[in-house]
Amino acid sequence: MKILIKGARVIDPANNTDDVRDILIDGAKILKVEKTIAAQADNIIDAKGKIVMPGIVDMHAHLREPGREDKETIASATTAALRGGVTSILAMPNTSPCIDSAESIELLKNIIRKTAQMNVFMCGAITKNRLGKELSDITGLEKFGAVAISDDGASVDSDEIMKEAMQHAKKKNILVLCHCEDKSLSADGVVNFGFTSTRLGLKGISRESEYKRAQRDIRLAEETGARLHITHVSCAETIEFIRQAKKSGIKVTADVTPHHMCLDEEAVLEYDPNFKMNPPLRGKEDLAAIKQALKDGTIDAIATDHAPHTENEKEIEFDRAEFGVIGFETILSVAITELVATGVLSWPELVKKLSYNPAVILKVNKGALAPGHDADITVVSPDKEWQVTKEGFASISKNSAFLEKKLKGVVEYTIVSGKIAYQRG
Amino acid sequence: MNTRKTIVWTKKDLLGLEYLSRQEIELILSTAESFKEVTTRQIKKVPALRGKTVVNLFYEPSTRTRVSFEVAAKRLSADVINISTETSSVKKGETLVDTGKNIEALKVDTIIMRHNCSGAAAMLARHVSASVINAGDGWHEHPTQALLDMFTLKEKLGRIEGLKVSIAGDIAHSRVARSNIWGLIKLGAEVTVCAPKILIPPGIEKMGVKVTNNIDEALAGADAVNVLRMQFERDQSNAFPKQLEYFKTFGVTRERLKKAKKDIVVMHPGPINRGIEMSSEVADGANSVILEQVTNGIAVRMAVLFLVAQANERLKNENTD
Repeated sequence: MKILIKGARVIDPANNTDDVRDILIDGAKILKVEKTIAAQADNIIDAKGKIVMPGIVDMHAHLREPGREDKETIASATTAALRGGVTSILAMPNTSPCIDSAESIELLKNIIRKTAQMNVFMCGAITKNRLGKELSDITGLEKFGAVAISDDGASVDSDEIMKEAMQHAKKKNILVLCHCEDKSLSADGVVNFGFTSTRLGLKGISRESEYKRAQRDIRLAEETGARLHITHVSCAETIEFIRQAKKSGIKVTADVTPHHMCLDEEAVLEYDPNFKMNPPLRGKEDLAAIKQALKDGTIDAIATDHAPHTENEKEIEFDRAEFGVIGFETILSVAITELVATGVLSWPELVKKLSYNPAVILKVNKGALAPGHDADITVVSPDKEWQVTKEGFASISKNSAFLEKKLKGVVEYTIVSGKIAYQRG
Repeated sequence: MNTRKTIVWTKKDLLGLEYLSRQEIELILSTAESFKEVTTRQIKKVPALRGKTVVNLFYEPSTRTRVSFEVAAKRLSADVINISTETSSVKKGETLVDTGKNIEALKVDTIIMRHNCSGAAAMLARHVSASVINAGDGWHEHPTQALLDMFTLKEKLGRIEGLKVSIAGDIAHSRVARSNIWGLIKLGAEVTVCAPKILIPPGIEKMGVKVTNNIDEALAGADAVNVLRMQFERDQSNAFPKQLEYFKTFGVTRERLKKAKKDIVVMHPGPINRGIEMSSEVADGANSVILEQVTNGIAVRMAVLFLVAQANERLKNENTD
């Protein structure tokens, strides 16, 4: 099976390509990327005026299966992700059972093999049941394919356990992904601590709770030599610690979510739980710092933190509602609308954050369009507009922070391992 | 100030004073003046809301606010239903939105809600077409309390503009404080909040208030002081010594009032903790307007019930045109 994509603007930061090119796919791999390819193909995609990029590698997502199939399944999540131009996902371990052992990761792997419509990479838990008390079977997790470990929303409090985990990760050469939050400082907060929490009469989550934990994790990464990735960075101080750490050669990378890079705490003022996330939306100065960090490379990647929740758990009283929003189907359009159309990032810079960098950080053979690479490709109409609606989502859950928003950029095709996995209807 | 007369109330709900303009607040206060006159008549009832149904939906125990709303609604000839969540399907796990929609299915016109979660009234208002009046949501707002406080102040001192008003007590956890601050600032008062440091919420100065941790400073030169209830019942641990300590440092006493303006107006939203935030002599003294506040609460709530019902009817007529 051969696919020929003709006449697109091909953006491939791995090879410094940003030019009109043809791409020939043969089987699961890219065969050629050239000015003009005149080969025969089973399927020819006329992509004039479109952008072709390596498929998005989303390094932070909650697929909810096994355990909460009422919120999302691996089948529904990957269907949704395809519509958003995503071809690889890193699945967080906070499922039921928690992915903390050889048995549980094998269970997950089986579901992925049977139902996933794209590459789903697995992230194991750092500690058993993510309780922060006892290390999980990191060796077993790695053996069955975990490319990263994380306790996700339950940041490990104990320095010793975290250090030991990093030493294991270093030995196995897997990534340590950290949601930085010192719960003794964030307590039961639900919005940014400060004027916003005061105005709304809600408990606040302080910036200290994030940046103090980030500071500790950076220190442990320095001591152990492990590769640390700080996920969903939300505040200026954290960014500054990461910037300094990078300067001094510590192996630290970072991502930001689509919502944290374009919304601030004022979005919460009407108590809509679709703006309740952890970390919370922060202040205008944090938003500015995030954009600057995307520009200067302090923030390497954009990741959804796709967090599906049923209406019963989300459309309720604000302080009782679950944290988080879905993100697969809007990540690319939000990034185009908020970063490229506004001049924060160029197209090649954006593709780096969405596809190339996350693949490099996870050490997976994705994120590039060179011959021999996996044929994971997204074809997008960059200027076409669409409106986000609940009805339009393929995710089982509809808790988006971008409902009713008009966005730029429509995914036309998503190709996974050389097969057209999604084509816009 | 003729412009005031041309203002028409257009909001279906009353969720908080933060969301109102000065003109809208003044409209409620002037409407309340007319209704206060009604409450002095021999027959204290007008047919303004005849045929309308008002529901009191209380997720927190409350007697004074619920009764005040009930009396207000009855004086407007509305039918009133009280739902306390202790005895309703909420106990069986029904969500707020479902409860709201079920109440609405009974063709209810206005839902008055008290809820322990900040933002609950906003959530309900988004999901029902009935009017929603916030009777207190978490630590967020209690707009009718602040309106009756302002009504009482205006009645006593003739104006709000330029007045120095201090609010003393647990500012951090007080919806009464927040509503009063938004309302008073919009009407041109100078507001000072006074509490121990730990009870001053972060960034409160951005609401336009001054902050002090010294009650004498809060009383000095003030035209009025609104003393909030200290809710020690939330925190049972060592409550008694803490209460004494609070009274010693922050309690409003006759001695402290001697250093304040002679005719300082002393308010309290009730119920009073005598001997904690305020001494009995002050509560019952010449400066206290605490019982007048209760009386004025009826007129203010009549005004709010009347205005939102009128606006909602107009909105519904527009939609069916």
